[in-house]
Amino acid sequence: MANGGDHWLVRETTIRILWRGSIAVLALLVLVDFFVDHHPQFGIDGTPGFGAWFGFLSCVAMVLVAKAIGVVLKRPDTYYDE
Amino acid sequence: MTNSILASPALILIIAGLLLPLLPATLRSLALLAAPLVALLMVWQVPDGTVVTVSYLGFELAPMKGDKLSRLFATVFAVMAFAGGLFALNQKRTSELAAAFVYAGGAIGVAFAGDLITVFVFWELMAIASTLVLWSAGPSARSAGLRYAAIHFLGGVILMAGIAGEVAVSGSVAFVPLDISTTPRKLILLGFLINAAATPLSAWLPDAYPEASWSGMVFLSAFTTKTAVYVLIRGFPGTEILIWIGLAMVFYGIIYAILENDMRRILAYSIVNQVGFMVTGVGIGTQMAINGAASHAFAHIIYKALLLMAAGSVLFMTGKRNCTDLGGLFRTMPLTTICGIIGALAISSFPLTSGFVSKSMVTQGAADQHMATVWFLLEAASAGVFLHAGIKFPWFVFFQKDSGLRPSDPPWNMRAAMILCSAICIGLGVMPQPLYDMLPYPVAYVPYTTSHVMLQLQLLLFSGLAFFLMLGLLKRTMTITLDVDWLWRTPGAALMRALDGAAGSVASASAVLSRSVVTVIQTRLRRHHGPDGVFGRAWPTGTMAFWTTIMLGAYLVLSYI
Repeated sequence: MANGGDHWLVRETTIRILWRGSIAVLALLVLVDFFVDHHPQFGIDGTPGFGAWFGFLSCVAMVLVAKAIGVVLKRPDTYYDE
Repeated sequence: MTNSILASPALILIIAGLLLPLLPATLRSLALLAAPLVALLMVWQVPDGTVVTVSYLGFELAPMKGDKLSRLFATVFAVMAFAGGLFALNQKRTSELAAAFVYAGGAIGVAFAGDLITVFVFWELMAIASTLVLWSAGPSARSAGLRYAAIHFLGGVILMAGIAGEVAVSGSVAFVPLDISTTPRKLILLGFLINAAATPLSAWLPDAYPEASWSGMVFLSAFTTKTAVYVLIRGFPGTEILIWIGLAMVFYGIIYAILENDMRRILAYSIVNQVGFMVTGVGIGTQMAINGAASHAFAHIIYKALLLMAAGSVLFMTGKRNCTDLGGLFRTMPLTTICGIIGALAISSFPLTSGFVSKSMVTQGAADQHMATVWFLLEAASAGVFLHAGIKFPWFVFFQKDSGLRPSDPPWNMRAAMILCSAICIGLGVMPQPLYDMLPYPVAYVPYTTSHVMLQLQLLLFSGLAFFLMLGLLKRTMTITLDVDWLWRTPGAALMRALDGAAGSVASASAVLSRSVVTVIQTRLRRHHGPDGVFGRAWPTGTMAFWTTIMLGAYLVLSYI
């Protein structure tokens, strides 16, 4: 809906502000991590920004694996209807 | 002893469930809210040790035996019966509520069972009652309910075989930690794992649960899988294979939920995912990991119920269940949206929610044992939970696009139940100590350290970034994803039809054959013994005399030879 009467949360300007704000939060989070006293269990998990790249890449990998599996196993949702 | 049996919190809920259909509407509402509270008070009165013993077929049964682990699970089952009862107060189908209360009573019965036979009795009661909860949704749930019942009764048979074998081998029915050295114990473990929805036997859950009514799935999500987690903690702590089964469940849940379109099936897959974390904790088996599995089961029951209440409210108000039909509901369902987001944050183990203080004990258990692979996989999965449930569910249901639907928030009782569960999710996250005090082992764990909070926030927020960057790939399509249940729904069903057809033709062929054989025999009999047959007709006296003379003559001739 492009009309001005729509909810403020879905207006283009709000969405732009949300994206900018979120990116700022993400950057800040990684930045602050350089000053945190880590208690690594396995070494690499104590390096600054570990959670950020590990979480991001894990999710990208899981989505790609899911899409690949989907190519083989996805069916129309009427598949089982007789 | 009679008093002790009557003081069973399990029986209170079962009796309340059986009486519900007989009560007038106002009393029914009162019973729905009062019975779980009475049961909760009784759970806390159960002391440590065996409370009741019964002799049965020469076995000393302990139908009621208490300790911290039993009381922890029985507590959350009773709380859930209350929250579910409140949510379902306006459910018109009394049969569903009656079955749900018997089901909850069965779960509490398992939690207090001191021997395997009692476990089995309540186990089967739960299977029957949960099938009835499913069927109460109406004709659309009929075939899914049948498939659900078939799997659970198969699991029950396997469990019974295991128990019988265990009795034959060890002579004991005591429900104590079992190693998996013997076949009967492997069968018991298999029976438990079927109810835990362990991969690859998990397909029954996403197949059946989403077919329940808007309130039915709230009950279904709480009891079966978590009772299975309880019996695994009780019977098989530290069994290594459970670590790998648990991890398989965790990733199965994420992958399938990413591909799913039905909002409640997304949440069904995420039950398997979350139970996977618990099963992994049981497999690790240290005090830290067991505390993690037990507390995560507690936290999970509440936040999963909250998520399903939010989804149930949407279904109740709109009648729609697919992400492709939903979206933009935040405009007119603000309370449902906020409660749904709180549940989504809790399942993602966001700091200050219940999931954060419970799940981290499982990962800590892996770290303490220097299980690097397990730890990294669990952390990757934590990010994946935010992806498949934490953001996906609220985004596609409440935001996404404007579906044009403008439903209001649901009736007061449904709102109240969601607020109650939200309060528990945040309350446990902010103040974990009361939960920690209830855990089976003393808790020497501090969840809120700067490095832990930072790690978790990074995992989750960057998972969020990944979600919105890959939104194009995650766009919902009107599809389902084939699962193991395909085996018995397509080739299995075809095989049965073929066998049925073959049996039918064999039957008709043998019918034709037997008919013709019978006809031949009948004709011959008729020819010889019928009214005109040679043996059947009346012979004249002359003929008789003639043949007698011939016989006598022959005899006379023969006697001279």
